[in-house]
Amino acid sequence: MHAPAPRPARLSPLNRRRLANFMANKRGFWSLWIFMAIFLLSLFAEIIANERPALVRYDGGFYMPIFKTYPETAFGGEFETEADYRDPFVIGKIDEKGWMIWPPIAFSYNTVNRNLSVPAPAPPSAANWLGTDDQGRDVVARLLYGLRISILFGLTLTVVSSVIGIAAGAVQGYFGGWIDLGFQRFIEIWSGLPRLYLLIILSAFIQPNFWWLLGLLLLFEWMALVDVVRAEFLRARNFDYVRAARALGASDAIIMFRHVLPNAMVATVTFLPFIMSGSVTALVSLDFLGFGLPAGSPSLGELLAQGKANLQAPWLGITSFVVIALLLSLLVFIGEAVRDAFDPRKVFR
Amino acid sequence: MAAVLSPERAPAAADSAPLLEVVDLKKHFAIRKGLLSRVAGYVYAVDGISFTLRAGETLGLVGESGCGKSTAGKTILKLIEPTSGVVRLRGRRINNLGRRDMRPFRREMQVVFQDPYSSLNPRMTAGDIVGEPLINYNLARGSEIADRVAYLFGKVGLRPDQMIKYPHEFSGGQRQRLGIARALSLNPSLIVADEPVSALDVSVQAQVVNLLMDLQAEFGLSYLFVAHDLAVVEHISHRIAVMYLGRIVELTDKQSLFARPLHPYTEALLSAVPIPDPQMQRKRIILMGDVPSPINRPAGCHFHTRCPYAEAHCRVEEPAMQEVHPGHFVACHLRQPETPASKPVS
Repeated sequence: MHAPAPRPARLSPLNRRRLANFMANKRGFWSLWIFMAIFLLSLFAEIIANERPALVRYDGGFYMPIFKTYPETAFGGEFETEADYRDPFVIGKIDEKGWMIWPPIAFSYNTVNRNLSVPAPAPPSAANWLGTDDQGRDVVARLLYGLRISILFGLTLTVVSSVIGIAAGAVQGYFGGWIDLGFQRFIEIWSGLPRLYLLIILSAFIQPNFWWLLGLLLLFEWMALVDVVRAEFLRARNFDYVRAARALGASDAIIMFRHVLPNAMVATVTFLPFIMSGSVTALVSLDFLGFGLPAGSPSLGELLAQGKANLQAPWLGITSFVVIALLLSLLVFIGEAVRDAFDPRKVFR
Repeated sequence: MAAVLSPERAPAAADSAPLLEVVDLKKHFAIRKGLLSRVAGYVYAVDGISFTLRAGETLGLVGESGCGKSTAGKTILKLIEPTSGVVRLRGRRINNLGRRDMRPFRREMQVVFQDPYSSLNPRMTAGDIVGEPLINYNLARGSEIADRVAYLFGKVGLRPDQMIKYPHEFSGGQRQRLGIARALSLNPSLIVADEPVSALDVSVQAQVVNLLMDLQAEFGLSYLFVAHDLAVVEHISHRIAVMYLGRIVELTDKQSLFARPLHPYTEALLSAVPIPDPQMQRKRIILMGDVPSPINRPAGCHFHTRCPYAEAHCRVEEPAMQEVHPGHFVACHLRQPETPASKPVS
């Protein structure tokens, strides 16, 4: 055991030790940084990949079309509608009295590149780094926006379903008896419901959006953690230190969350990356099948489906495969490192 | 202390009333079998024990493993719900209280467990473990907690700089000291010590027992000291109760128990205690057979199957607890009181 470095941090020694253990795991540590970088990049997707220029200098004035909508007339055009900065006419007008700075990728996720020299899907080129999909939309831009939706979806689903699942498992395991018995039977029935059919039936009535899919997957996803947490609570509720806590006047809530839950956390945290990757996979597969996000939404699953439909354009399939595999691998590496960091018996060197 | 005393307590009983009074306490565990969880029988773990414990006194509870002594301790603390019987703390009945009503009384009675490994939360630092009860009862906040924990650490012979360590970084004896510090943190008047030294090395046992005795002298604690080691019990106890199959068979002060054991079972137990004198000749009483099952206990006196003096009516009639000498109670047909006026255990 190395002594914790005495520094005026506000972290408790336990959390300091966990942090040190996490950072000692190089693979997980770097996976976290890569994942954070990808996530951060995707959060700023509008600035990186957009069909509007980042900055326009026109007639002595500065314009920022990404953040503000300007009519075509502002640049000497004829229409009151928003300027189409990809239109050669507008480009010509602006170039007469100023200049434009474009984002690194001059396409948004739904921008159709009309200047393709070959029929879509077009292979990688200087303009479209990873080519275009079968509707002439830039693959990099769609990946960037698709990653954002996938990660946000996975994170939200993981957090909400974990909170519900942990609470349900804790109550069952801690109180046991009839509560446990009734709840378990309910879960057995509930988990028997065919969730995919429910989604297909639902998509016949409504156009499922992000929140509909989140809610619907949440109805089933919360059960993933219940068994693990319940088992840990059933095991721990007869531990001497739990008895001692009761003798020391701790309330049920304190015993559950201060004494039992932290010991159930290793098992729980071990599952979290799998729930996260499972959530991402769930969205990908729904999009792949066409029951997911509305048509036109940027999505990894939709790109995968295009790869399958256009085997003559291997860049679609390969790109989506590599990106999905990378995302899921990063999540698992991070999860492994977190799990080891939470293990009190694990000693690093 | 005054705050936790119940208003129902009779004022006259303030001095004479025992700190803890246990009357006919029973704990029977149901054995369930089959699909429908039918009750197939009971384990008579504790079957009607009665005793009192005065302030500042140590009562040793001894017996073989499986005789129900640990269950008795946990039932008194209501860590296990008793089947029947009465437990009074300072004259106030507590065995029928709900969790919420029980809370003020929890401060008065604390527990030290047998296994110093499983009784400390591995995810809390030593300081947090000892300080937690203070937070539960809102007795201290902020730096007061650390001060109080440091004080308790000093009292049990640990260094305050060990507060940031985790239980697994301590030795068994140090862990047991932590358990004692945690029990002391609420300033209890009664500590149920559930075989606190049986998991420790012999050399460490002595340290911990002496620590418990020092703390008793300093804070006026009462101990219910559950153990199977007669030498340890003899060292720490004022009075000793011997249990056999869920019942107390003999209850008396330390001196008369060791000088004049009356129950045949106590005799046998005492004859097994080694004496550090090779010249001393002693008749060793070897009990035949095993302890009968606490599920199907023998009729009559539970000890008759192994008793060297058993007579015919021992197999039929259960002996009652009788005061054979003043303050010396025994449950045996063969020991009749010297004075005709026998009275029940008070």
